[in-house]
Order: sequence, then structure tokens, then C-alpha cells
Amino acid sequence: MTKTDTMVKELVDKYGNKRESLLPILQGVYDIEHFVSDEAMVSIARNLDLSSADVYGKSTFYSFLDTVPRGKFVIRVCKTIVCDMHDKNQIVDTLENILKIKVGETTLNRKFSLLYTNCLGWCHKGPAMLVNDDVYTNLTPESIREIITDYKNRD
Amino acid sequence: MQERLKRLDVILGIHPESPYQVMEKALKRAPKDIISDLIDSGLKGRGGAGFLTGLKWKFAAAAEGDEKFVVCNADEGEPGTFKDREILTIVPKKVLAGMGICAYVTGAKKGYIYLRGEYKYLVPHLEREIAEFHKNCFKLELDFNVEVFLGSGAYVCGEETALLNSMEGFRGEPRNKPPFPTNNGYLGKPTVVNNVETLVSAQVVSRIGVEEFKKLGIQDSHGSKLFSVSGDTPRPGIYDLEFGLSLDEFVREFGDGDTKAVQVGGASGFCVPRKKFQSTTIGFPGGLTGDSLPTGGSMMIFNSSRSMYNVLRNYLDFFEEESCGQCTPCRIGCQQLKVGIEAVKRGDKDPEYLQQLLKLTDTMKITAKCGLGQSVANSFSSIVDNFREEMIY
Amino acid sequence: MESIKNIISVKINGIDVSIEKGTTILEAARKINVRIPTLCHHEDLCVAGNCRVCVVEVEGAKNLTASCAAPCEQNMVIKTNTPKVRSARKDLIALLVSEHNTQCTTCYRSTNCELQALASEYNVDNNTYLSVLKSGLQVDRSSWSIEKDDSKCVRCQRCVRTCAELQHVNAITVAHKGKDMKISTFMDLPMNEVVCVNCGQCIIHCPTGALTERRYFDNIWEAIGDEKKHVVINTAPSVRVAIGEMLGYPPGAHVTGKMVAALKKIGFDSVLDTNYTADLTIVEEGTELLGRLKSKIKDEDDSVALPMITSCSPGWVKFIEHMYPEHLGHLSTCKSPQQMFGALAKTYYAEKIGVKPENIVSVAAMPCAAKKFEANRPEMKSSGYQDIDAGLTTREIGHMIKQAGIDFSEISDSDFDSIMGDSTGAAVIFGATGGVMEAALRTAYELITGRDVPFDRLNIEPVRGLEGIKHAAVKLENCLEAYSFLEGVELRVAVAHGLKNARIIMDQIKDGTSPYHFIEIMACPGGCIGGGGQPIPTNDKVRMERIKAIYQEDSDCKLRKSHENPEIKQIYDEFLKDGPLGHKSHKLLHTHYTKRNRY
Repeated sequence: MTKTDTMVKELVDKYGNKRESLLPILQGVYDIEHFVSDEAMVSIARNLDLSSADVYGKSTFYSFLDTVPRGKFVIRVCKTIVCDMHDKNQIVDTLENILKIKVGETTLNRKFSLLYTNCLGWCHKGPAMLVNDDVYTNLTPESIREIITDYKNRD
Repeated sequence: MQERLKRLDVILGIHPESPYQVMEKALKRAPKDIISDLIDSGLKGRGGAGFLTGLKWKFAAAAEGDEKFVVCNADEGEPGTFKDREILTIVPKKVLAGMGICAYVTGAKKGYIYLRGEYKYLVPHLEREIAEFHKNCFKLELDFNVEVFLGSGAYVCGEETALLNSMEGFRGEPRNKPPFPTNNGYLGKPTVVNNVETLVSAQVVSRIGVEEFKKLGIQDSHGSKLFSVSGDTPRPGIYDLEFGLSLDEFVREFGDGDTKAVQVGGASGFCVPRKKFQSTTIGFPGGLTGDSLPTGGSMMIFNSSRSMYNVLRNYLDFFEEESCGQCTPCRIGCQQLKVGIEAVKRGDKDPEYLQQLLKLTDTMKITAKCGLGQSVANSFSSIVDNFREEMIY
Repeated sequence: MESIKNIISVKINGIDVSIEKGTTILEAARKINVRIPTLCHHEDLCVAGNCRVCVVEVEGAKNLTASCAAPCEQNMVIKTNTPKVRSARKDLIALLVSEHNTQCTTCYRSTNCELQALASEYNVDNNTYLSVLKSGLQVDRSSWSIEKDDSKCVRCQRCVRTCAELQHVNAITVAHKGKDMKISTFMDLPMNEVVCVNCGQCIIHCPTGALTERRYFDNIWEAIGDEKKHVVINTAPSVRVAIGEMLGYPPGAHVTGKMVAALKKIGFDSVLDTNYTADLTIVEEGTELLGRLKSKIKDEDDSVALPMITSCSPGWVKFIEHMYPEHLGHLSTCKSPQQMFGALAKTYYAEKIGVKPENIVSVAAMPCAAKKFEANRPEMKSSGYQDIDAGLTTREIGHMIKQAGIDFSEISDSDFDSIMGDSTGAAVIFGATGGVMEAALRTAYELITGRDVPFDRLNIEPVRGLEGIKHAAVKLENCLEAYSFLEGVELRVAVAHGLKNARIIMDQIKDGTSPYHFIEIMACPGGCIGGGGQPIPTNDKVRMERIKAIYQEDSDCKLRKSHENPEIKQIYDEFLKDGPLGHKSHKLLHTHYTKRNRY
């Protein structure tokens, strides 16, 4: 068994091998590897008795289950109207400058990915962003710098 | 009228009776009595679709089958809406109590909270609450087990049948209705899918009784409602207000003095221009107040510095991405509306093309497979009709 | 009185209709010949309800209702053709056209495209809306059999449902969402890199030109025009009962003679019959089966793979190679009639007519998309050259006939050329599901007992018809000396068509619970007459007509058992001198298989 197979097997043991287990398993894979690889999808297909195309079709439906490799820390900046009104563009510019990547890209050291997302449910405290599962609100260029520096110092 | 703006902590407050005490009281009554109270109360779904909650519970209770489910729809994704997050953070016991009462009434033994992936940070907190809830169920001899099911970034999964498909391991695409989830829901079994706030409100009916509940709000729109207020306002946040509020009152309370428009009900809702504030009240459509607007409670305020073209374009960008893509009018319609207004703005298309696009939204409204495609017409037509010059110049 | 409770009545366009509870509005309308246009709906598949073209007005409903998905309810009042409905439909079609590559003149499905027909009916062009067709889309021509053109996809999902529900292959899926939603393979890989078995069922369920077969008839025109080349074509039985549909005839029309005449007029140097090698297949495969039975029953060799399964359906062969690679031993080692033909065309036939094999272009006219892949399998070169140069579908043949300016209705019948043009009724029934089995039994039973199969007029009814899995049992009594080991044995056989049913059969074999000795499996529902290369539309009604024609042709034949074919006797006398399964047959007429990836 490859490393991927072991990882998937553990998730199957945890969530089951029925079709209903598919989304939790995909999320489990994403949490560990920060994307859903083709090997992972094949392994899931094998364990759940689905086709690989079937698993791919389900993964690509969800915005948070990237099938392309992402960095260790995935930043998702809200681009919906209220955050947009509260200057999300400035936030994005700051991030692009600090990380030296454009939205949609991943840093060369694979540490950060920068993406847009839709309404995060913090409209009264926008602009807002997620870094992996953590939410940050009332963003300013200064607070962004602090936040990113903190993540840069994490392994 | 002024009284209606007082903070009524019906939903978010603390009361002498704890939610689990409310549940205990309810569990001593006959299920059919709880259902008839709920129907009598006139409580309608708080997610935006507004179906009579009591009827939904009644159908599920009457459906054949020994395996039934209660699902709490916490896939809150409507732009400008954040009330469900607050409820789950501040008063999760009320949600669980509502689920427990529903389980008792319908005979469901398993419940799920479908939580949007963007709220994953709430999971540890919810799991602690669920553990305590289970202890209470055990004490009350209610055989009901709840777990969290996490979404992964798909607004359309807020539609109840798309949510069920997502839970079953399919793409979150809405299903054909009929059959309805109350007969054929999760894994083909009778299922009640209710919004977070609806479950809390159902529990409120049990707490304060039908008559008190009906005193809140207006005919056809009973109860109080959480409003998520954001945008150009000095007081963004969550407010627990009664239905029947006029937009004029609302703007006087929450506007920044320069309010041009209010978007009621999110990107799927209506944009009301200043000249219509007086004549518009918040509530479900009914005989009494002709212009009442349905709403999940999202209120986004725009002042005169905002370009309504940008606002509309932002909504259309949202819809063309979040559409599941299955049905023709929504998948292609949303794209056409976006490139259409861009072309008119650029001058590549005459302003008359806006009429063609308005006609398209009429088609989308009556042919789209689910509420997402059907509702795009709301914001599109209300913005284009009321702010036409901004689309062109 | 139970049945009365289940009958309800509704009003459609002012007419009262009584139907069973649960009938959809679409079906109820069909009962009174009211045609509601559809796109994502297909009678072979489950209801989707995504195109919204079939919307109708239902009194009391706020919005329009999708008639394919909505069940009728008592006293429902339905209107299918109001201004509101027509306006909505026109708008929906205009939307579809705006997402579509509308270069109809170069499209293979032009004149038989459901979107084109709707646009024409509703007077829609691409001027209503701006184009939202994505730029930079490439046509996927990686597969030998199937061509995928996303610019023509209307996202009805019929192909996905076909590959899932009918074929249980699931090689394609719906991917992404919103404006990026598309029909895709795993990781959007080219078609030749995924588990697609090339059956082409997706092609015949596709309403537009998004999925078509890879076309090779331009190459064949070139070969025909090249004087140095001797172009020989062999035609499958299923082609002759369906080719009429390409040329204005109803399904099942008897046009065999016309087909042969037309092919000769087109310029093929020789028009021969795949039925010839179908007969040959029966002799070889029958012998192989008896050999395995002998090893198992007489010699008690448990390593022998039984049940034995037919191998003439290349879609089925690729299916088992992907899905059950450990069980390849169950496949007969016989090549398909097409491939046997190819191998002989460039050896036996070449010798006989005195043409150098390198100057022979062997073409096969097939109801099949997978045969294009089969012809290009690396091992199919036993003649020393590529045995079959090109497989053409029934549709391609129809096109060639039209391109040649032939008036099919006026042309007089012609006979197949020889050699390799003679055949029996047993061969022609290969086209129908159960046909190979019936042909094999007619020969095998006689070989074993010296008598005719105990079925009236040799028609083995239990293996005929559209049921997914059929079975039959034949008691072997009073066997000839050489087959005494089979005395008293009940020969159990099964017939499956559609890969969904192939899975059921194979799962039984995997579990060790298969009760059969011999199984016929065809990839396509209905057998080859329902193949991925057949005229569109193909549905159960059409399949039944084509099947009827097949069995009619069999009844009309003088010779109805493969081993009675005089040209078959000839080839064993003159060319395959060491007999069936002998050294030469083995080299030319038998093959091996390849394990492939499961996912």
C-alpha cells in the first residue's frame, strides 16, 4: 500500500465505505494534503467501489476541494459585495505584494496560496478572509502584514 | 412602530426556561398537538423560502417509514447573511432543542447539522454542545442522535434537495420536486430540512405558546426575525426585529444618512430604491401589506457613493460561479446577464438590450429548476428598473 | 377494483386523459399524441429534468413545470402550447444556441441534431444573445473510436447517464459547477487514457455533435481513388438491417441487396460478408468450447476456465480487460468475425485473387464504434500487415452512399462477391442479442449428438429478446462416441447485453457462483443492432424492428447452420488444413488479451 492508500484507508475506517462517506473522506484528504490528488481519488474510488471519474466529478463541484496542489496555508479572500465595498481590493493588493504572487497562484516554497472566495458570513466586519479554517475580519493592510508574518513563522 | 425596533431577544436572548427545559415540556405533549400549534402559529421557514414549518413537520410525521431524519440547514451562504453563524455561536442549545422537538414529533432518530465549510471553526464548539444535548436526550428518553456534516464551499447546497444530494455523496445539484424531502429525503427516507433560525423559532413557539408568538409580527408574517445588517451603516450587526418593519423606519435607524438603496434578502432578494422605502415593509407576501418582501434577513445598505452597476455585476459574478450548472436557464442565463450588462456599459450593446435581459430574467424565473435560478430575476430587475441610468452611463 | 383507484384523469390542452397515477405529464401527453419537445429526456434513461425545454403550464402553479419530471395529479389542467410556454421555450433554445458552436455546415450531425431541429422549429439564431461559448476548446481525438467536442455540448448529461446506468462503466462525469460546468473524464484526461471501453452508447444517446465516432471515410475515399489499391469491404449483419434508416427507410427495412449494390457503385473492389467469418467463428469457437468441456469433464482439469465467454464484442472485451482483468481466461481466444476477416483478407483472400497483401485495403462496415479501436489493437497484425485498415460505422457508410450521389431507392439488388461472401442464417443472427449463442448451439449440439437442436425450426426462443440476462439449458443425450463424456450433461448457457448486465454475470463468476458453461456477452443493449455506430435515434422500438429483420433474414436463408457453409468447408480444405484450433487457425484467427487499469 502506498502512503496515499494508507491515508485513504484510515479515512474509510473512520467514515465508512458508503457513498455517503465520500464528502467527509475527500475533506479528510484535503486536510492532510491541501489538495485532492489523482492518486487519492483513485484510492477512494477503489475503497468506495465508485469510478474515478465519479469521485472527480464530486470533488470538482466544491470550491474548497481543489484538485490542483495548494500551499500549506490557503488564503481565501471574500470578494462578495459588502467586503468589496469595504476595500477588499486593497487587501488583495497587499497580499499580492507581500507574497509576490497573484490571486490563483501558490508561492514557490508551497507555503501560501491566494484565492478568492464568496461571502464568508462576516459582512458586518469586512473585509474578511480565511486562512485554512481560521477566519480573520476587519482586515487592514497593517493587520494583513501581521497575520502573514505570523504564518510565515509557523512551520 | 418605534417599538418594533427595540431589541427583542426572542431568538438570541437568555430566558428563565432553558432550551432543554422547553424541550422537556414539549416532549410531555402529544406530537399532533405540537404540530397543530406550529401550524396555527403561522411560522414560516427562516432561510428565505418561507414554507409553513408546521406543515413540513406534519408531512414528515405522516410519511410512511420507520427511518426518518431531521437536518438543520446551516449552509448559510446568502451574501449579507450571517445570522445563523451568530445563532450557532451564541445559542446552539436552542437549535438542538428545536431539532429534538422535531425528532420527537416526526419519529426521527438521527439528526444532522449541515454546516457550511466556511464555518468549520465552529465544529469543536458544536460538538461539545451536541455531547451535552445527547445527555439531555438520554435523560428525557428521547432516542435521537445528532452529528455535524460539513460542506465544502457550495452556496447552492443551501437548497434543501441539493443539500441532501451533497450529504449522500452526490454533486450538490437540486432534485426534481415532487417527490418532496418530507416523503423522499436523505437516502430516500422522510426528512425535515429546516434552517437554523427556523428550528430556534419552532422552539420559541413551544416556549411562549402560539398566542404570544402570533402577537409578534404582522398577519401572514408572524414571529420575530434576525436581521443581518451590513454595508454603509454605522451599526452593522445582528438585530432581532419583528416583521412588519417599514424600510423607511429601518433606514432611519440603520442608514448613514445618505442611503440610496437597500438590498433586502441578499443577492437573491430585491433592491429597494430610496423612493420606495416608505411603501415597503419586511415580511412574507400576503394580503395585508402588498409590497412585503420575503427575506432570509439579509439587509445590505448602499449609500450614494456606490455604483449599482458594480453591485449588480458583483451579484451576477456570484451567481454564475455558484450555480450548480445543471439547468439551462440558470447556467447560461446568469452568464448572459453578466456579459449583457457589461456590453451595455461598454457601449457594445444598445440600452434597449436591457429589455431583452429583463425578458430573460422572466424566463429564468419561471423555468429554472431551483430557487437560485428563479431568484436572480429579483435583484436584476429591481436594480435595472430602479437604477437604469447607472447601467448605461 | 384496485386498478380503478390507480387511474386518474387530467386535462391536456382541453382534452381529458385517463392515466395511471404516477405517469408524467410528458407520457400522458404522448398518449393523446401531443408532442412536447424535449432534450435531456431519453426513454432508455432515468429522468433528469435539467434542460427545461419540456416546460408546460399547469393551472395553479406559479412557475412552468418540467413535464418529463412532474407526475400527473388528479384534475391537473395542463396547457402545452400557450404564448407563455412558447416564449419561454424559445428563450431557452436561444440560450443553448448562445453556448453552442453553431457551425452546422461542418458538423457531422447536421440534419440529425436535436438542437438544430429545435432552433429551426422555434426560429432561433445566435443573434438573440451574446456568445458565451468558451474560447480555446479543443476537440478530443485521442481515442480510435470516439470524438469529443465540448463546443457542441448542451450539457443534457445523457452521455453520463448512459455510461452510468446502461453501461456501468462511468468513464465520464459532470465536473465543476456554474459557468465552468462540463462533461469530463477523470482529471479531464483524453478519452484514450481512461476506462472508456469505446462502446459508443454515449454517441447514440447524444442529441448533438458533441460526441461522435472518429471518422475515417475520407481515407477510404482516397484508397478507393487509388488504382493501385484493392479495397475490400466486409459488412456486418447489423448494418444491413439499419442502413436503410440513413437513407429514408424505416427501421428493419430489408435492403441488403441494395446495400451491396450501393457499395459496389461507390467503388469498393469487392463487397464481402462478415457473416462468412461469423460462420468461421462458430466453428472455431464451438471447437474451443468442446475442448474446454472435455478438459473439465473428461480429463477433470480444474484449471480450465469455465464458463467460456464470447469475445466478438470489442466493447465487452475492453470492459473485461479494465474491470475484471484476473478473469481474462474465461474469454474465448477467438477473434471477432471482423478481425478474422481482416487476417484472412490479406492472406487467404489475397492469394486467391492474386493481389499482393500490401495493396489490399481491408475495410469493415460495422454497427460499432469499438471496432475502430479493435482494428488498431497492436496484436491485430497476424497477416503481417494491419489486418483491418479501418472500421466504418453504419452512419459513415450512409454518408458515403449519399456523397456518391447514389439514389438508394432506385438501385437494384446485387449479391455479395465471393470468396468469403457466402454465409448461413446462423451468421446473420450474430447481430441480435442471443444470436451468437443460438448459432453456437445449432452447431455444437449437432457436433455432439449428430442431431438438430431440439427447438422448433432451429429457433432457440429462450435466448431471444430484449431481457437483460437470458438463460437456457439443453440436455445432452445420446451423444456421439467422441462426446460420450457429455452424456446426460445439462448444458447451461446465458446471454447478456448491455454492460450493466455483463457486470452481474462477471460478479457471479468472481464469487464462484456462476452456474453456466457458456455465455454470450454483448456490450450494447439489444446486441450489435443497438451498437454505437448505428443510426440515431436508437431506442427499444427501433431495436425490436432491427431484431425482427435479423431473424426474418435467418428464416429466409437456405442454410441455417454455420458448419454447413460451403465456403467454410472450402477454407479448411484448402487453407486452414490443420483444422479448427490448429496451428494456422491459431496464428490467424485467435488472439490474446491485455490487462488494463481499473480506475
